[in-house]
Amino acid sequence: MNKRFKQALGFFIVKTLVLAALTVLAAILIFLFAKGAGIISWDFLAKPPENSMTEGGIFPAILGTFYLVFFSVLFSLPPGLACAIYLNEYSPKGWFSGIIRISINNLAGVPSIVFGLFGLAVFVKQLGFGVSILSGSLTLSIVILPLIISSTQEALMTVPQSIREASMALGATKWTTIRRIVLPQATPSILTAVILSIGRAAGETAPILFTAAVFYTRELPKSLFSEVMALPYHIYALITEGTHPETQIKIAYGSSLVLLFMVLFLSMAAIRIRQRHRSHYDKIRR
Amino acid sequence: MAKKGEKIKEKLIEYFLFALSLASLVFLAGIVVTLFRESLPAFRDIGFFRMIAGRDWYPTYDPPDFGILPLIAGSFLVTLISILISVPLGLAGAVYISELAGKKEKAFLKPALELLSSIPSVVYGFWGMVFLAPFLQKHLELSTGYCALAAGIVLGIMSTPIIASLSEDALNYVPRAFKEASYALGANRWETVTRVIIPSAASGIITSVILGTGRAIGETMVVLMISGGSAILPQSFLEPVRPMTSAIAAEMGEAAFGTPHYHSLFAIALILFGITFVLNLAAEMIAKKFRLKLGASR
Repeated sequence: MNKRFKQALGFFIVKTLVLAALTVLAAILIFLFAKGAGIISWDFLAKPPENSMTEGGIFPAILGTFYLVFFSVLFSLPPGLACAIYLNEYSPKGWFSGIIRISINNLAGVPSIVFGLFGLAVFVKQLGFGVSILSGSLTLSIVILPLIISSTQEALMTVPQSIREASMALGATKWTTIRRIVLPQATPSILTAVILSIGRAAGETAPILFTAAVFYTRELPKSLFSEVMALPYHIYALITEGTHPETQIKIAYGSSLVLLFMVLFLSMAAIRIRQRHRSHYDKIRR
Repeated sequence: MAKKGEKIKEKLIEYFLFALSLASLVFLAGIVVTLFRESLPAFRDIGFFRMIAGRDWYPTYDPPDFGILPLIAGSFLVTLISILISVPLGLAGAVYISELAGKKEKAFLKPALELLSSIPSVVYGFWGMVFLAPFLQKHLELSTGYCALAAGIVLGIMSTPIIASLSEDALNYVPRAFKEASYALGANRWETVTRVIIPSAASGIITSVILGTGRAIGETMVVLMISGGSAILPQSFLEPVRPMTSAIAAEMGEAAFGTPHYHSLFAIALILFGITFVLNLAAEMIAKKFRLKLGASR
């Protein structure tokens, strides 16, 4: 009886804690939805800010985030894919891959503000790119590099070894096998990795604080060397640097919800693609 | 037989991929070099120990003070509070998903964890500013709601999904046979979870806690927005603090290029980097042992 009571009590505590965590997380989301939903409109998304940031929309911030994300993925994808392919297909073991693996894991754990300082010292100052889309997206590309490498590697690992061997047995070279057999098989999972890193790059604030983002720009960015408004920074700036708190907090609520929608939508899409791909594989294997 | 030209092409591709795969190593090394180079003037002019042990952080006064002890203390206090929240909740979540949840619940909860951990920190920080800090101020009758407790709570909530998801992986890694053997000996589910599964997964769980701690120490936006920002050695967790990350983020914008203030902020970043680097290496080593231990028994 004592044993049963212990089990009941133990599982009760576990369930209570889980319920508490889920309730709090749900409450946060519901709070943000409730406060922000009324503010989002077509004009809010498509118009620039007006009246010293107290009215109008957030279009320049959305556009700026789009630029930053686009270029950071563009910069990060070639080395990311190459690294994953090299580690998985050419040198799965050995001291060299060990070092690369350790550096990937450590890079993933570097605080985001440290990336920001690195970007400031190297891209903004040393290379003279200034506070710009270029500096910001280069910085962000380092932030998402470990994510791209490790998720691509996982994707490559799910491709069965027998397919590679079959291709090689037919006389294909290693690179042909990778390009024509392995990569096409892994494409959906690689796409998942890309979408996840888009979500990550879109939400990061600290790396762009000193490298790309400004509170307000008079006009939309003209080149890679323009400074930009960005959605996550916009939220932060509105609530901490704003001069008209009562009116600006509404815009901050709306911006938070837009960012939240964006990131959740991207993650959901990534998870869906991965699930479909997985079930497709299970079918082949059976 | 492959032709000679083809062989050369194959080799070239391999070297090309090899060269590109050095990127992460190069960036990590670049970060270390840059942090050292930019913080050396601060250590040289102010002195390493005077900085580390200094109790006053008044970088803009004349003469300035660059003691970062209050900032380090702030970081640790906030991180401690966040761990006290995220570890029990995250662990409970992991146990629930791997041992109690039904198939359908699992299929819902695992992606949900991933979704929750993708929420940007600035959104959590925003929620902390508009809801939690005023809430705490009202109900605990504080002079300000922006304090170590508020930042710690938000950080804790934020890292719970991460710890849950990593710990769940660790629990899942425990071989089925362990569980079956325990049931065969007459243990019930609770006994099996607490005396067999959790102990076998202990190093995996510790890894997830270490990684979660590293994230919490390095988190910037949440603490920047809600920790209150006062650089004084905290006497209690209800006081405003200024963790290392928030000092860097808040002050780098104003610190003129090349001044002692500028370099001292890099010095803080170097110390921060050192802390997370050590945590990551520790997590890596423990995780490796864990896999070896359970891998052998699989």
